[in-house]
Amino acid sequence: MSEVKYSKEHEWIKLDGEEATIGITKHATEMLGDIVFAELPEKGSNVDKDGTAGVVESTKAASDVYTPVSGEVIDTNQMIVDDPSKINEDPEESAWFFKLKIKDKSEMDSLMSKEEYEKFAKETSA
Amino acid sequence: MTIKKTSLNNLHIKYGAKLVEFAGYQMPIQYKDGIIQEHKYTRSHSGIFDVSHMGQLFISGGDDLTNDLEKIFPADLKKLKTNQSKYSFLMNNKGGIQDDLIITKTSDGFLIILNAACKYNDYEVIKSKLNNQYKLNLDESLSLIALQGPKAKNVLNKVIPGCDSLKFMNGNNYVYKNEKVYITRSGYTGEDGFEISIKHSDAETFVESLIENGSKLIGLGARDTLRMEAGLCLYGNDLDNDTSPIEANLKWAIPKSRIETEFVGSEVLKNQFQSGVKKLRVGIKPDSKVIARGNTKIYNDKNQEIGKVTSGTFGPSVEHPIAMGYVDNSYSTVNTKIFLEVRGKKIPANICNLPFYKKNYVKGEINV
Repeated sequence: MSEVKYSKEHEWIKLDGEEATIGITKHATEMLGDIVFAELPEKGSNVDKDGTAGVVESTKAASDVYTPVSGEVIDTNQMIVDDPSKINEDPEESAWFFKLKIKDKSEMDSLMSKEEYEKFAKETSA
Repeated sequence: MTIKKTSLNNLHIKYGAKLVEFAGYQMPIQYKDGIIQEHKYTRSHSGIFDVSHMGQLFISGGDDLTNDLEKIFPADLKKLKTNQSKYSFLMNNKGGIQDDLIITKTSDGFLIILNAACKYNDYEVIKSKLNNQYKLNLDESLSLIALQGPKAKNVLNKVIPGCDSLKFMNGNNYVYKNEKVYITRSGYTGEDGFEISIKHSDAETFVESLIENGSKLIGLGARDTLRMEAGLCLYGNDLDNDTSPIEANLKWAIPKSRIETEFVGSEVLKNQFQSGVKKLRVGIKPDSKVIARGNTKIYNDKNQEIGKVTSGTFGPSVEHPIAMGYVDNSYSTVNTKIFLEVRGKKIPANICNLPFYKKNYVKGEINV
C-alpha cells in the first residue's frame, strides 16, 4: 500500500516501496492562481530534504518547489513543463512533478498526514 | 493606517474577489475565473475594472490656468479642445517622472487622472507649483470605473446611450439615473474602452447593469498582464523619479511645440532630445518559456551587465513570456540578442517592438 504525506511547503509525496512521487497540493495551486511555467530537477541529480527542486510561476509570481525528502531524481513529468495549466487542473494526480529513489525512509516520519495537512492549510491561509 | 475601501467593495466580495492591499486600498487582485480567463475575456468581450483608487483632480479658476499648467506639464494644453485628453507627466527638475497621468480639458478647467500611490503627493506638488492660485479638488466623492474590450462600446451604450459616439482620448458628460457622469474613451489594456467617473452611490448599480449586459469584473492581476501586452508602463515599475519620458521611450507624449518652451524638467529633456539618452525602455521577448520578472539583470553576449527588467510576466493572449526594461542605448535596437539572469542562469532573449499585442483603438467609427 502506498503512503501519502504532506509538507509545510505544500508538497505531497506518495511512497511506493523506494519510489517517491512528489507534486504540489491543490491548496497550493489555489493560492498560486493560474500556473504558466514549471521547471523540474534534472533526471539523475540528487536532491536534499527541504532543498529547492523546481519552480512554478503564476502570472503574478515565482515560487520554489521543495523536496520533502532526499533522493535521486529518477523521473520528471514533461507534461507539466509543456502545459503548466495541467497543474491547476489535476495537481494531486496526473500533474506530479518528479519521482525520487528515496534515500532515507525515516524522513517521511516528520511529514503530515492528510488530516494534519488540511488543518495546517486551513490555519495558515486564514 | 486603515485600509480604504472603494464603493464597489461589497460587489467585489459578492463576485468572489481575492482582495489585496494596493496603494492603501483594498482591491481585487482576481475573481473566481482567475487572471488568465479574466484577461482573455477582456480581449474577447469586455471587462470592468474598479479604478476608484486613482485620483481625480479637478483644477479650475482663472484665465492663466492653461499657461500656468504648461509650466508644469509638457503637454500642449493650449491646443487641447474641451473634452479632449492627453497623456502627460508630472516631472521633477531632473526630468524624472513623478507620475504619469491623463489630462482632460473640461468646460471650466482641467481634470487630471493620477496614479493611486502618487495622488496625494501630486496634489501637494501641483498646488504648490500653482502658488495656491486656483481651485484644486482631489474629488474623493467619485468612483472611477473602466470598461475595456471589443464589446465595451455595445455594453456601455445599452446602459448609457450615446457614449459610442465618443472618439478615442475624448470625453463628455452623460446622464445616468438622473445624475451627471463623465465618460472618456481611453484605457490601459490595448483595447477600445471607456473610463466612467460616477458618484459613489450609483457605482454599484451601474456596474451591476454592465454585468447584466455581458461584462465581467476583472481584477488588478489581469489589468497588469493586459497593460504589459499592450506595452504600457506601470508607474513605480517602469517609470520612476530617476527616469525621464525620453528614456522611457515616451517621446511621442512630448509635443514638438513644447520642446523649446519652459516647464519643470525642460532643461534636461531638451538636452536629451539633442544628445540622446544612455538608457532606453525596450520590449523584451525571452526565447524560452522562462519568465523574467522586474529587477532581472540584463547582460550582453560578453557577459557585461547592460540593464534591468522592470516588468515581466506570461502574456495570456500572446501565449509567451513578455517583459520590458531598460538597456544601455547601444543595445536597444530590435532583434538585439540579450541575456536575462533568472535563478542564476542566463536566459537568451531578444529586444522586440512594443506592444506585444496590437489591437485597434477607435477613432469615431473608423478603426485606425
